[in-house]
Amino acid sequence: METKIKIASKNLIFYYGNFKALKEISLDFIQNQVTALIGPSGCGKSTYLRCFNRMNDLIPISRVEGDILLENQNIYAPNVDVVSLRSRIGMVFQKPNPFPKSIFENVAYGMRVNGIKGKSVISQKVEESLKKAALWEEVKDRLNETALGLSGGQQQRLCIARALAVEPEVLLMDEPASALDPIATQKIEELIHVLKESYTIIIVTHNMQQAARVSDVTAFFYMGNLVEVEETDTLFTRPKKKQTEEYITGRFG
Amino acid sequence: MNLMNRNIVQKGVFVLLRMAAGINAIALLIVVFFMLKNGLTAISWEFLTQPPIDSMTKGGILPCIVGTLCLSLGAICIAFPIGVSSAIYLNEYAKPGKIIRLIRLGINNLAGVPSVVFGLFGLAFFVTWLDLKVSILSGALTLGAMSLPVIIGSTEEALRAVPDTYREASLGLGATKWQTIYKVVLPTALPGILTGGILGISRAAGETAPIMFTAAVYYTPDLPSSIFDEIMALPYHIYVLATAGTEIETTRHLQYGTALVLISLVLGMNLFAIIYRSRLRKRMHQ
Amino acid sequence: MISIPRSQKEKWIQRIFFGIAFSSIFILLLITIFLFMEGLPIFNKISVTDFIFGEYWYPTDDEPDFGIYALILGSLAVTFLSALISIPLGVMTAVYLAEISTQKIREIVKPVVELLAALPSVVIGFFGMVVVAPFLQETFNIATGLNIFNAAIMLAFMSIPTICSISEDAIYSVPQNLKEASLALGATHLETILRIIIPASISGIATAVILGMSRAIGETMVVLMVAGGAGMVPQSIFDPARPLPASIAAEMAEAPFRGDHYHALFATGIVLFLFTLVFNIIADFIANKYRQVGDSTL
Repeated sequence: METKIKIASKNLIFYYGNFKALKEISLDFIQNQVTALIGPSGCGKSTYLRCFNRMNDLIPISRVEGDILLENQNIYAPNVDVVSLRSRIGMVFQKPNPFPKSIFENVAYGMRVNGIKGKSVISQKVEESLKKAALWEEVKDRLNETALGLSGGQQQRLCIARALAVEPEVLLMDEPASALDPIATQKIEELIHVLKESYTIIIVTHNMQQAARVSDVTAFFYMGNLVEVEETDTLFTRPKKKQTEEYITGRFG
Repeated sequence: MNLMNRNIVQKGVFVLLRMAAGINAIALLIVVFFMLKNGLTAISWEFLTQPPIDSMTKGGILPCIVGTLCLSLGAICIAFPIGVSSAIYLNEYAKPGKIIRLIRLGINNLAGVPSVVFGLFGLAFFVTWLDLKVSILSGALTLGAMSLPVIIGSTEEALRAVPDTYREASLGLGATKWQTIYKVVLPTALPGILTGGILGISRAAGETAPIMFTAAVYYTPDLPSSIFDEIMALPYHIYVLATAGTEIETTRHLQYGTALVLISLVLGMNLFAIIYRSRLRKRMHQ
Repeated sequence: MISIPRSQKEKWIQRIFFGIAFSSIFILLLITIFLFMEGLPIFNKISVTDFIFGEYWYPTDDEPDFGIYALILGSLAVTFLSALISIPLGVMTAVYLAEISTQKIREIVKPVVELLAALPSVVIGFFGMVVVAPFLQETFNIATGLNIFNAAIMLAFMSIPTICSISEDAIYSVPQNLKEASLALGATHLETILRIIIPASISGIATAVILGMSRAIGETMVVLMVAGGAGMVPQSIFDPARPLPASIAAEMAEAPFRGDHYHALFATGIVLFLFTLVFNIIADFIANKYRQVGDSTL
């Protein structure tokens, strides 16, 4: 199996005001693999994830030191255009956040802002993305209805389709199933299995069983530190660090 | 549109947005500047403490200042208890439903009634029907009705800012709702409520149309001795000097001076209220 | 001493507050009643249609004419023109405050807008008379600077704070996660504002605009001092005009008590009152139908 490093952080430090929320995190993410980030609430895993598409730039008092390399190019370099970065690194959020528009327009949004015109081009891509997100069959007859009429699970798959339509290379998922019921969760997890063939996926989850089901590699975070990173099976059966073991066995978190 | 163009367009539009915001500041500064430039020369101790003489071409504006103070303070004396009580009901007692919507509709519509319509109302109701005649009382009642929405709005905001945990703690100790309100909620909200009162006073002080038919007169020789007297008032004085009579040009500096006194009063109160309110908000959020 | 049980006392207190809360509606009713009481008598002398559509307002002639059509047009002209200025400026300032400005700048600009709103209308009218009018006269080489254009500019500055603050509340309450979703898809900040944020807050902005217009149409002192005062149908933006409030304020002092002119002015007041009532009810309807998270305050 190819082990090309698609994206990686090198000594990444994140300051929230004066508070050092992430402490020198160095972590590689292999192409076409799913890496899960786990850890107790407040350990910094979501903050870390949001560094990868520079969503944390929206927080005025935040500061980043260190690098994140997307195929060896630092995304925090001064001349990097954040807008185009975000079309290469997509994100799915914890709570589904479809726009108050039609299903079609939600998926088409990314294309439209990038200046893609042409009805047939857009329609084709919308259909393709909805199929990739395993939602096409359920919505193909009501593409012009409002997205807000979909169930929670459907909305989240719509958000995935929307993110995929932009043709990203990396997909960041911030607890994508935590707001969903078990059946919807299962659908999302099946989806991730399929998606990883085309995308590099980083997923934050507080559900360890989910991490075990879905990921190839798991990284355990605690209080802003990367404690241990390991192939998923190994991490959950033979963790090297005591903290990891305590978290996995439920002694805190 | 490729990425570079999109970014350029964004930069351009954001410059326009900044300019739009800047125009507000420029407008305010221009008005204040002109009032200062042309009005400062008219200001003197005499101007502020003497009545006008020589059919208003000389002298001071003391009766106007006194009149404006009487009217605006009177208006607030009327609007404050009614407005605060209304706000207490809306925020502390009311349950969502048709009645509340109706009351809110009433308040919002009252806020939108033109000032001259208030003047007509005051004329028809207070001056004529209740036979209070053209007097401080009529004017204050009219202005009070007009200030009601302002007081209600700012009091509601102050009450909303009181955390629910305070109310829950009080009720949990066995206090009744009313006890909770006057022992816990009102004292906490008081600074915000008073700030709203100040804003109400400053608005009432600047209004002309409501007092034109109900309280203000062009000239009265003495300072008021009772609430049934007619009075002069700053905004009306400016209007009259600037538009009526034969001495419009020669009294121009007096007009500027009066305007300067009025905006100093009004903007001063507003600035105080704004600064105080932002301090309160910061304290609440800690 | 008879002591009232606590719960009884509480009920009474609540009832009293409830009654007081109705005061606003009560006053509104009083206004309606008394306006109509003093205004209706004119319709014994002239029909409603003739009153509203009559083009001649000569109340002091021996054979007086009480047509307010020219006055209505004056009001509409001034309001419409001021809207062309105040809506873009107001909404743009709101977008600036809610989306672009830093916290520090916001803490300066917001109070500036509030202070602009606090300027007494008579001062703005005075400013329009003595500064803007001569300026317009010189620059555009016209007969008088007291005209619709002047009034529109001054009215715009009275409406902008209303439009800005209510719009800003609406824009500010668009949920952050919609904004993040847009940015995460590779849209620029501006595109996010135009495609997502403004459409999401459009009902709040519409409410703001309608309330701003309502303020402009009802404003008295500015139009009284600056619009020129001619009760004729205006032909160009540099013509003087006499919007409804100006007419009422200017003539009431001279109208004989409970004479025809007096009643006609009250009837004019009814028309004005109904205009603003309709505006406000529409605004209220829109605001309630598309309720955003977070209320806008007046």
